[in-house]
Amino acid sequence: MHLRKSDDIPSSEITPEGAFRAQPEARANRRRFLAGAGLLGAGALAGAAIRELLRPDSVQATTKLTTVASSYSAADQQTPFGKATSYNNFYEFGTNKDEPARNAHTLQTRPWTVQIAGLVKQPRTIDIDTILKLRPIESRVYRHRCVEAWSMVIPWDGFSLSELIKTLDPLPSAKYVQFISLVDRKQMPQLPGGYDWPYSEGLRMDEAMNPLTLLCVGCYGETLPNQNGAPVRVVVPWKYGFKSGKSIVKINFTDKQPRTLWNELAPNEYGFYSNVNPAVDHPRWSQAHERRIDASAFPRTIPTQLFNGYGDQVASLYTGMNLKKYY
Amino acid sequence: MPPRLIPAFKVLVHLACLAPFLWLLEQYRNGFLAANADPVNYVTHFTGHWTLWILLTCLAVTPVRRLSPKLSWLVRFRRLIGLYAFFYGTLHLATYIFLFSGYDLPGALAGIKAGHPGVIVDQWKAVWPTMRDDVLKRRFIQVGLVAWLILLLLAATSPKFLLMALGGKNWQRIHRLVYLAGIAGVVHFIWLVKPGVREPWKDGAVLAVLLLARIGWWVRKRLAGPPSRKTESQKRTLQDVSG
Repeated sequence: MHLRKSDDIPSSEITPEGAFRAQPEARANRRRFLAGAGLLGAGALAGAAIRELLRPDSVQATTKLTTVASSYSAADQQTPFGKATSYNNFYEFGTNKDEPARNAHTLQTRPWTVQIAGLVKQPRTIDIDTILKLRPIESRVYRHRCVEAWSMVIPWDGFSLSELIKTLDPLPSAKYVQFISLVDRKQMPQLPGGYDWPYSEGLRMDEAMNPLTLLCVGCYGETLPNQNGAPVRVVVPWKYGFKSGKSIVKINFTDKQPRTLWNELAPNEYGFYSNVNPAVDHPRWSQAHERRIDASAFPRTIPTQLFNGYGDQVASLYTGMNLKKYY
Repeated sequence: MPPRLIPAFKVLVHLACLAPFLWLLEQYRNGFLAANADPVNYVTHFTGHWTLWILLTCLAVTPVRRLSPKLSWLVRFRRLIGLYAFFYGTLHLATYIFLFSGYDLPGALAGIKAGHPGVIVDQWKAVWPTMRDDVLKRRFIQVGLVAWLILLLLAATSPKFLLMALGGKNWQRIHRLVYLAGIAGVVHFIWLVKPGVREPWKDGAVLAVLLLARIGWWVRKRLAGPPSRKTESQKRTLQDVSG
C-alpha cells in the first residue's frame, strides 16, 4: 500500500504494512515461548490470518485520493491499515468492534448528499462530490483516543471543517453545530435497539471552526472504508472518538446545545464536551492511560495527554472553564 | 452411565474444559492475537466469557441431574467443572493484573532474564495505584472480585479431606456460595458493558432459569415432603436463596 511522507514525520517513524507482516524476530520469540505447549497448527494458516487482518477481504473497495501533506500531522508511529479498519465502533452495524468491518458493505455511499439546515442564510443540500472538490485534500496524521481507553494513530484525509462552514454562511445566532449520521434499517440490518437513532453529535461553534477539526473523506490515502464512516465524517482529535460522527447526512446549526446520542443515554459517562482528559475518570475505568494500537505485536500502555496532546491548538477554547464539571 | 465409563467421560470433560485455553494459546502462537488490534481487550473478554459459561455449566449440573434418576452420575463432574470455572476466573484476574492494568509484562520478563527480578516489584508499583482505584471506586470491579474470592474459597475447600474435616453439612453450606458467585459474575458483566448492549442479559437469563429450577425443586420438595426435623433447614435454605 501507498504511504505518503509528511513533513513532520521522519521516514523512520512510519511503519509500512510490510514491516508489520515481517517480524521474524517477534514471531521466533513467540514460537520459543510456546515451544513446549505441544500445539500443532499450520504455519500457513497463521500467515493467512495475519494477511487477512492486514487487508481483510471485508474492507470495502476504495479509491485512491490525491492528497497534500499537512503541518498538523503527528509524529507518532501509525496504526496499520488492517487494524484501523477492522476494529471499529460503528454501532449501526453491530455493537462488537469486529462487526462494522463485516457488516458495513451494505452501506450505499453514492448518491450521497449532506443537508445543511438550521441557522444558516440559506438551507440547502450539498452533494458529496461537491464537498470532495471544495478544497485540496490534506493527509493529516492524528492521534485518535477512544473513550474505552485505547488509541490509534491514523492518517486521515480531508480538510478543515471551517473551510466548509465558511461557505455555508451560518447566522450570528448559530452557537452550535450538530452532525446527524445516516440511519436506514435497509442498509443497516444489524441496527441495534435501545438507542435513539439517528446518531447525533455536536460541537460548539468555536470548536467546529478550529482548524484541527477535520471534515474527513478518506484515510491512508484512499476514500473512507464504509466501517470508518464513509463517505464523509468529522474527526475531532482532542475529543474522545465518539464525538466524531460518521456517515454524516445532515449538518444543523443551532443556538442551543444539540442533543447527542451517548450523552442522552448515559450523561454521567459521556459529557457533551468529552475532551480527552487523564484527570477525569470514566465512571467504570481510569482515563489516565491508554492502550496504543500500533504496529507492535505486544500492546503498549502509555499515559494519556490532556486534550490528547493538542493543548497548544485547543486549550484556549476552554480558558476559565472547569473541565471536571464540563467533562 | 456404567461406572467403567466414568474415567473415560472424565477425560472428555477435562478436554472440553481445557479446549478454550488451548484455543487461546493457539491464537497466541499463530499470530492471531498479535494481528488483533486490541489483544489485551480480546484476552480479557475471552477469559471472562469462559469463566461465566463454565460456571453456568457447573450450576446446570444439579438441575439437569434431577430431570431423571438415570442422570445421577452427572454430579461426579460438578466439582471438576467448578474448579475449571476457578481456573478461567484466575486467568481473567491475571489478565487484568498483568495486561489490562498496563503492567509491562515484556519489560518484566526481559528484566528477569537479565538477572533483575526486582523489576517485577517496580512494575507492580507502577500499576498498583490504578488497580487500587479500581477496587475502591468501581462497583463492577468490586463485584467481580467478590465472585473470584468466592471461587477461591470453594476451590480451596474442594479436596475430599477438607470435606471430611468440615463435615458434609458445613461443607455444603460453604459451597452454596457458588450461587452468589454466579450472580456476582453476571452482575459484573452487566455493570461493565455500555448502556444498550444486551449481551450479558443472555447469561443472566440462563442463570435465572437455573436458579428458578432450584427454587422450584425446593418448593416442591417442601410441599410433598413428610414433616420431619429437616423441614426447618429446608425453610432456611429457601430463604437464603429467595432473600
